[in-house]
Amino acid sequence: MAKVRVGLFVTCLVDLMRPRIGFATLKLLETAGCDVVVPEAQTCCGQPAWNSGDAPGAVALAKKTIAEFEGFDYVVTPSGSCGDHIRSEYPALLAAEPDWRDRATALASRTYELTDFLVTVLKVDSVPGDHEGSITYHDSCSGLRSMGIKDQPRALLAKMNGVELREMNGCEECCGFGGTFSVKFGEVSAAIAERKCDNVLASGAQAVVGGDLGCLLNIEGKLRRMGNETTQVLHVAEVLAGRV
Amino acid sequence: MEIKSMHFKANASAKLADVVLQGNLKNAKGKFVTKRAEAIKDLDDFEGTRDAAVAIRNKVIDNLDLWLERFEQKALDTGAQVLWAKDGAEVCRLVTEIAKRHGVKKVTKSKSMLSEEAGLNQALEAAGIQPVETDLGEYILQVDNNEPPSHIIAPAVHKSLSDVADLFHKVHGTPRKTEIPALTREAREVLRGHFLSAEMGLSGGNFLVAETGSVALVTNEGNGRMVTTMPKVHVVITGIEKVIPTLEDLSTLMRILPRSATGQSISNYFSILTGVKRPEEHDGPEHLYFVLVDSGRADVVGGDFHAMLRCIRCGACMNHCPVYQTIGGHAYGWVYPGPMGSVLTPLYAGIENSIDLPHAATLCNQCGIVCPVKIPLPDLLRKLREKQTERGLRPLTERIGLRLWAWVAQRPTLYALGASLGARYLKWLAGESNRIRLLPTAPEWTLGRDFPAPQGKTFRELYAARRNATPRA
Repeated sequence: MAKVRVGLFVTCLVDLMRPRIGFATLKLLETAGCDVVVPEAQTCCGQPAWNSGDAPGAVALAKKTIAEFEGFDYVVTPSGSCGDHIRSEYPALLAAEPDWRDRATALASRTYELTDFLVTVLKVDSVPGDHEGSITYHDSCSGLRSMGIKDQPRALLAKMNGVELREMNGCEECCGFGGTFSVKFGEVSAAIAERKCDNVLASGAQAVVGGDLGCLLNIEGKLRRMGNETTQVLHVAEVLAGRV
Repeated sequence: MEIKSMHFKANASAKLADVVLQGNLKNAKGKFVTKRAEAIKDLDDFEGTRDAAVAIRNKVIDNLDLWLERFEQKALDTGAQVLWAKDGAEVCRLVTEIAKRHGVKKVTKSKSMLSEEAGLNQALEAAGIQPVETDLGEYILQVDNNEPPSHIIAPAVHKSLSDVADLFHKVHGTPRKTEIPALTREAREVLRGHFLSAEMGLSGGNFLVAETGSVALVTNEGNGRMVTTMPKVHVVITGIEKVIPTLEDLSTLMRILPRSATGQSISNYFSILTGVKRPEEHDGPEHLYFVLVDSGRADVVGGDFHAMLRCIRCGACMNHCPVYQTIGGHAYGWVYPGPMGSVLTPLYAGIENSIDLPHAATLCNQCGIVCPVKIPLPDLLRKLREKQTERGLRPLTERIGLRLWAWVAQRPTLYALGASLGARYLKWLAGESNRIRLLPTAPEWTLGRDFPAPQGKTFRELYAARRNATPRA
């Protein structure tokens, strides 16, 4: 059987801040038998423009992303937020142009968040990572509420013998990141993050793990400002993939 | 009510610094959330009931003029009078005229957010008529220098027991009490005299039933019954979007309203009031007026924000909102706080008077998930942001910055260069400590948290290097 051809949408934040999450995603997909291609011209899905009221900018970036990724069997991204933007918003924001709307709809139907793809499409039996220790999982908003990402990362983590999951209170509550919200209303954003960090610390877990880098930067930044130096903040791809 | 939403950001900072308020918010947070989650389990088919509720509300707002005419005719048949107000000023004028016509000196009020919109209490006072709030929360606020409500169903939720104990001690001149039943009894004793002496009662309306010309009231304290049945005049003030077709529809909506609002399967009191007192009846008003208010609602019909008119004012969106939970309702600066307020305030009080509100949300969509009538609140907030951008209402630096970023993001080579330089700059800024304590390009981020350091090179650089090192066959 021919290998599944996957276009990896790295996300602008991973590209800029945490390339290792991109490599971890690459490793997970390749280990699972996919033929992974990383289109070189990719930049951003356009969500910041869309959420800031710049519809023309969002439309232009949507078209660019569609053109770059529509040739693959699947598009996979280590982010529920960017994945949801492609899946839920692209068809809506291109609704006025039937040709582009149809291309957006076709792409949307083949776009997956990483853990969802590994569980739902590839149905993997094992993961290569060898992480050891207790973790608590933060459910990021778009992934959870729009893409239904809840059991998938937990099912994958459960395959790892060394990982102990300690659920925190309010794991489904927003961490306060909110994209540009975090820099428009920094104080409010950080105050919401503090509640999240209190819950992380109360869980007693050695690491907080999530599927969206924006939330993780917010949580890590707040934990360190609160004086916590020991709690690890990791993307789920890093935990599942192990050394890259 | 005077709008202070332009000061949202400064208001929010002040609320974050208010230690007493933060304590009160922490205590209140989660109570409504937990109770709602429990209450909706009672329904065999909560999602199906939500869908039915959406259908009822859509049926009305899609043909609002038709349903209002039906309601008006039925209400007239029951002996009520129906008046139409285009804005808050007209509400004040009409209600004051009614009061004067009937020689009213004192008005008892059950909770009405529309009277807050209109600033009715101030107008009545200016006309020499005493308004007395009888909802316990509203009463507390009225005797505390007319403080505005911070929540649409729990107006004094920002106050603690201790705050109220101090307040009653001061304004009633009684020994300070610290038990809730004792404080409630004290308020009841004060209010009893007002209930008996008021010549006019004023209420809001949760729903107007078109088939019977009735108003439905959902309350928990019994004050609504006193206000609507004891005085000889009863005035109902409500928005034109509150009409629903039938009593059957009312029963459907009542399955989800108290559950979504307070987590109750049914409120302590639920009244359906129809017409004036008939000869064989002992209670009820001799004169019943409906003041049906537009105040911006008609302009929303058929437009981008049409779905907002479905709102049944349960408050679930604010109860579940991380921003509301953190700063409380006053920071939003007008009558309606939280996500529904961040949509309604720009629509009813001016988009240019509430620049921050559509942005005062993380778009986490918890509000959209819990809304009993499935209003897509994050989508509406986003649409308002778009309108602001189109009208050039956002700060110039923000608009230029976003445009520039979107322009660069469409040019991969330039973008790659920018990202590469950015990653190195941030890495340098972080230095040995591996974190940035003051981010010059986005100082808001580092007000209350650090910015973690990047790895230093971008994914695309490292990926290209890896590909070059191990060329594929």
